[in-house]
Amino acid sequence: MRISVDQSKCVSSGQCVLRAPEVFDQQDEDGVVFLLDNAPPDSLLPKVRLAEQVCPASVIRVVE
Amino acid sequence: MVDGIDGRESAAPVYPMARLNRCPFDPPPELYRMQAEGPASRVRLWDGSIVWLITRYEEQRALASDERISSDSARPGYPHVSEGIKARRLSAPTLLTMDNPDHDALRRMITADFTVKRVESLRPAIQSIVDGLIDSIIVDGSDFDLVSRFALPVPSNVICVFLGAPLEDQGFFQERTRSLIDRASTPAETARASIDLRGYARELLDTKRRMPTGDLTSRLSALVQQERLSEIDAVEIVLSLIVGGHETTANMIALGTLALLQHPEQLAQFRAGTEPQEIAGAAEELLRYLNIPHIGRRRVALADIRLDESVIQAGSGVIFANDIANRDPRAFEHPDDLDISRHAEHHLAFGFGIHQCIGQPLARVELQVAYETLFRRLPGLRLVSSIDEVEFKTDMINYGVWSLSLSWDRGLT
Repeated sequence: MRISVDQSKCVSSGQCVLRAPEVFDQQDEDGVVFLLDNAPPDSLLPKVRLAEQVCPASVIRVVE
Repeated sequence: MVDGIDGRESAAPVYPMARLNRCPFDPPPELYRMQAEGPASRVRLWDGSIVWLITRYEEQRALASDERISSDSARPGYPHVSEGIKARRLSAPTLLTMDNPDHDALRRMITADFTVKRVESLRPAIQSIVDGLIDSIIVDGSDFDLVSRFALPVPSNVICVFLGAPLEDQGFFQERTRSLIDRASTPAETARASIDLRGYARELLDTKRRMPTGDLTSRLSALVQQERLSEIDAVEIVLSLIVGGHETTANMIALGTLALLQHPEQLAQFRAGTEPQEIAGAAEELLRYLNIPHIGRRRVALADIRLDESVIQAGSGVIFANDIANRDPRAFEHPDDLDISRHAEHHLAFGFGIHQCIGQPLARVELQVAYETLFRRLPGLRLVSSIDEVEFKTDMINYGVWSLSLSWDRGLT
């Protein structure tokens, strides 16, 4: 699985960090998302898919 | 005007509708009927205007993310809540009523304070506020009003700490907030409350300019000094965080407690849960099930938008009814059951799209700490009288209970 995020549209809700903290984190200065791992193991797929779904600004893309 | 000529407009029911007295946790029956018929229905508002009500989950998510939909309350066709709330909305632009790019630029001025990490670092302070309030309930005896002794002071104290405001100011802003969220408030009443709260916010910003204390208000003051933020925007941000930061969570604490007490098997499961993930999951399900904002999220269409067999025309008011969308069987199995072990994280209680509640990480931690501590430290917690005697906040823009008389087993502590 490969993940990408569009930081320019992130609204810093933090929902991705709550759902998949192994993969997503937030910049201290503005809460904008950044990736800890852009190709995480498939075992994390359900968590990553949930993060993608709950992102209010729809900035997370997951390609399996 | 496809809809204007087929008679559907004259038959449009008035929104919002009343709930059934015997189902205080469920949305009004009319909303279930509408959702079964299709994703969008025509409803009539207080001022006679006819607008689109979006009742299904998927369509609500899609439209809340659609750039052809605006939150700008100054645009013609915007579906205002009441005359008094319309006057307040038109008196100053806020994050809630801004479109992009203005919205994201302003929101990013304050999002550093709402990161998951930053809010988690406040958990011990929130726990100590919650424990202090429970201590005083324990000292005073076994009967108490949950709202005035716990549900309202918890988030009021937390927002004071968060903003660096004096704790003794809560009575002042609780009273003004109450007037801002009442659909029966006149424009004069909402104006007076807004003026008072703006004056308060301006004074707090001024105090923090002279004596910064490392909180959000101090940072906003510094941004104004550096001319990176206008004073008007800073004042509106502080005002919105005060208004949105205590009463919503207070209602969620009280109504969530009542919902658990009314579902003994769920309460038993909640008490048995020991993992933080179980407590967090229960809070998410209560958010989905209860929906404190119960008059829908308000928008206006900027272009014609095709939806199913209808066209939402440019200039039409659009309302996302989050309460019924969170009961959509297409998104949640057995949606009318409270089930704290289900996965409810994709609920729409905080809204969806760029305007999703900025305070949600803080609200989540407050709810987790409040529910867990309340049921752990007050064994045998129960309603003093029957639920029929509980008064619900039916006319407020935020749903909840006015008071909740509870009792617990003193001998067991």
